[in-house]
Amino acid sequence: MRRLAAMALLFAAITSGRSLAVQPDEMLKDQNLEARARELSRELRCMVCQNQSIDDSEAPLARDLRLLVRERLTKGDTDQQVLDFLVARYGEFVLLKPPLEGRTIILWTLPPLALLAGAIGLFFAGRRRGLGQLEPATLSNEERRRLSTLVDKPRD
Amino acid sequence: MIPELGHFALVLALGLGVIQSIVPVIGVQRRDGSLMRLAISTALAQFVFVALSFLALTICYVTSDFSVATVYENSHSTMPLVYKFTSAWGNHEGSMLLWVLILSLFGALVALFGSNLPASLKSHVLAVQSWIACAFYLFILLTSNPFMRLVPAPFEGRDLNPILQDIGLAIHPPLLYLGYVGFSIAFSFAIAALLEGRIDAAWARWVRPWTLAAWMCLTVGIAMGSYWAYYELGWGGFWFWDPVENASLMPWLAGTALLHSAVVMEKRNALKIWTILLAILAFSLSLVGTFLVRSGVLTSVHTFASDPARGVFILAILVIFIGGGLSLFAWRAPLLKQGGLFAPISREGALVLNNLFLTTACLTVFVGTLYPLALEAVTGTKISVGAPFFNLTFGPLFVPLLFAMPFGPLLAWKRGDVLGVAQRLMAAFAVGLVTIAIVVATASEVSILAPFGIGLALFVMAGAVTDVVERVGLFRVPLSVVRQRAAGLPRSVWGTAFAHFGIAVTLLGVVTVGTWASERIVGLKPSQTVSLSGFDLTFDGLVQRSGPNYRELIGKFTVRRGGLPIATMEPAKRSFESRATTTTEAALLTRGFSQVYLSLGDVNDDGSVAVRLYYKPLVLLIWIGAIVMMLGGTLSLSDRRLRIGAPRPAAKPAVQPAE
Repeated sequence: MRRLAAMALLFAAITSGRSLAVQPDEMLKDQNLEARARELSRELRCMVCQNQSIDDSEAPLARDLRLLVRERLTKGDTDQQVLDFLVARYGEFVLLKPPLEGRTIILWTLPPLALLAGAIGLFFAGRRRGLGQLEPATLSNEERRRLSTLVDKPRD
Repeated sequence: MIPELGHFALVLALGLGVIQSIVPVIGVQRRDGSLMRLAISTALAQFVFVALSFLALTICYVTSDFSVATVYENSHSTMPLVYKFTSAWGNHEGSMLLWVLILSLFGALVALFGSNLPASLKSHVLAVQSWIACAFYLFILLTSNPFMRLVPAPFEGRDLNPILQDIGLAIHPPLLYLGYVGFSIAFSFAIAALLEGRIDAAWARWVRPWTLAAWMCLTVGIAMGSYWAYYELGWGGFWFWDPVENASLMPWLAGTALLHSAVVMEKRNALKIWTILLAILAFSLSLVGTFLVRSGVLTSVHTFASDPARGVFILAILVIFIGGGLSLFAWRAPLLKQGGLFAPISREGALVLNNLFLTTACLTVFVGTLYPLALEAVTGTKISVGAPFFNLTFGPLFVPLLFAMPFGPLLAWKRGDVLGVAQRLMAAFAVGLVTIAIVVATASEVSILAPFGIGLALFVMAGAVTDVVERVGLFRVPLSVVRQRAAGLPRSVWGTAFAHFGIAVTLLGVVTVGTWASERIVGLKPSQTVSLSGFDLTFDGLVQRSGPNYRELIGKFTVRRGGLPIATMEPAKRSFESRATTTTEAALLTRGFSQVYLSLGDVNDDGSVAVRLYYKPLVLLIWIGAIVMMLGGTLSLSDRRLRIGAPRPAAKPAVQPAE
């Protein structure tokens, strides 16, 4: 509901009767170029939308960007050149996958580092615990009896 | 009159909440049973008053009382009755009231069904539950009063957001909130245990059913939201890595981890501190989710609430509860005694591994969702973190998790034999490898990931089946014995098998759709035909129709397969005058688990109409998987008594001494 509601507000704000993302008239004749354009579109953010790619967005701005991507591709740009062109024009905000650099270093490295740290921590915790003394103290019969009266009391 | 009564009932609930926040705690300190028992009555009464308040709001909506500001903003007299009901929570104020309704419902359920809890634990749990409730009652009363009147009363409302005028609104938010808020019980139990400085396996046994119930609701709630977005948004996507979705995914991941670590604690008395921490984190992430969505922090335009007062208030709630919870944890957790030791290769070890991956996955989503906000707040730089980032970081974490999944239930407690388990999984490996081979041989031009993903899904499914087959001794003992054993198998074993099977079903759907979905975007004139994946769709023309509060333009299509007509499809575009908005109503044709998806675009000047046509192979599996997971949860939940693994007490005295 929440994202839908958010989208609903978004639609109300920026669309007027438009209801498809990629339009037939935008598509390139050359199938290879069109496929590349679609791939690129998924990596690019419609800047007036909430985390939507220009491939999915119905906003007029997204359409402009889609046309721009296709124009650059037709002129012979490589995928990277198209991305560079858009970043130069709109900033890194336009990339849905931010490049790895100083200010995104935490974003990119935190998850793998956390996994690594967790794994190392577990490894040493396992070693320290000592595998020899695996058997924990078991409950005495008295404790067992008390536990069962505590937890298995009928619920009525 | 009715709105005032509703408002008043909410104020009374707050009053009861304040009493329940304080008195039971004093009762525990003074060992005064009557003070402790007070929490039971107040918890029930709180629920009654919040329910009355909610009822009052619903009456305002159903009778279209436009003198109430939120009704005016979010309802319309011509709306069908079902949407008048659901629009009560299709807005910020009403959805917060639904939030506290569910919170007080859980409080009342603990009061009702918690008779087997030790009195002091129960009092603490209910008190903590009431702290949360009071914070949110205050939030509603001070910043988001749903009963605010308008003078003079307008004649007509401004209508509910057209996209919300869907049956999805009746199901998705309540389920999602049952999940979100349900984790508050785990949180309250964790805080209560920390306050008491004592925790044991029985604690996990009490917490697990609540967590499981919340997790089931959240699972289906997320899946419902995903299906709703799929058919409503007109381009057939089912998951967008949108911050609002991530807000619901994070508690789900933490809750899933909690469910698994609680098993270890319940059966083996180990991982206590970690389980407590997860219980705090799961609800904290629910609060973070509420904050993200309700405060308007994501982008002020896009959320319901763009009022900064609300954001600051929720942030304060967040800081108090998460900060307080974690501080209490840091202070008291060292008091908790660690129990049960185990070797790294064991059932416990497998569950620890599960927790490692799930929490890392949760952290990935957390960082990806909040990093852009934090970066912008600190440096002013705006970056985007979207689907390509999450696919690259989140996906790889789930692969080892899923691969290890069939091993877990087959490993023995304390010390397991991974080679022995691998041998028992031979059949499952074979299924996976054969699948990979078949996919590689038959499918052309697909990435290497597709056959691997499908193989993994089938391996996990086969693994889940293996678990049950091994336990009942199928192919090894006579069928009659198998039947006996199957009936005697603890329900939780079935639950595990179903839940694990379900996630594999979802994976299968995701991979298939991601790889083999096909798409055509064309402009069609009447009687022209478009073909896709063996389906030929002929455009028969456009018709106008008017609904109760909208006008719609319907495209009529005949679907043929091999020349024979098999169905008609009628995608539509609805325009709602009240909001000057259009929505797309995609037409879906279900064949087995696959769907043909057709949505209508603009009508061009030359009389052609733009259509978007998709074939989505096995797409329904994505959501069916979630339902299977929920079934697993239900089975496990029905196994309350057996789950602890302790022998059932023999003949009990008929009369229990009163507490």
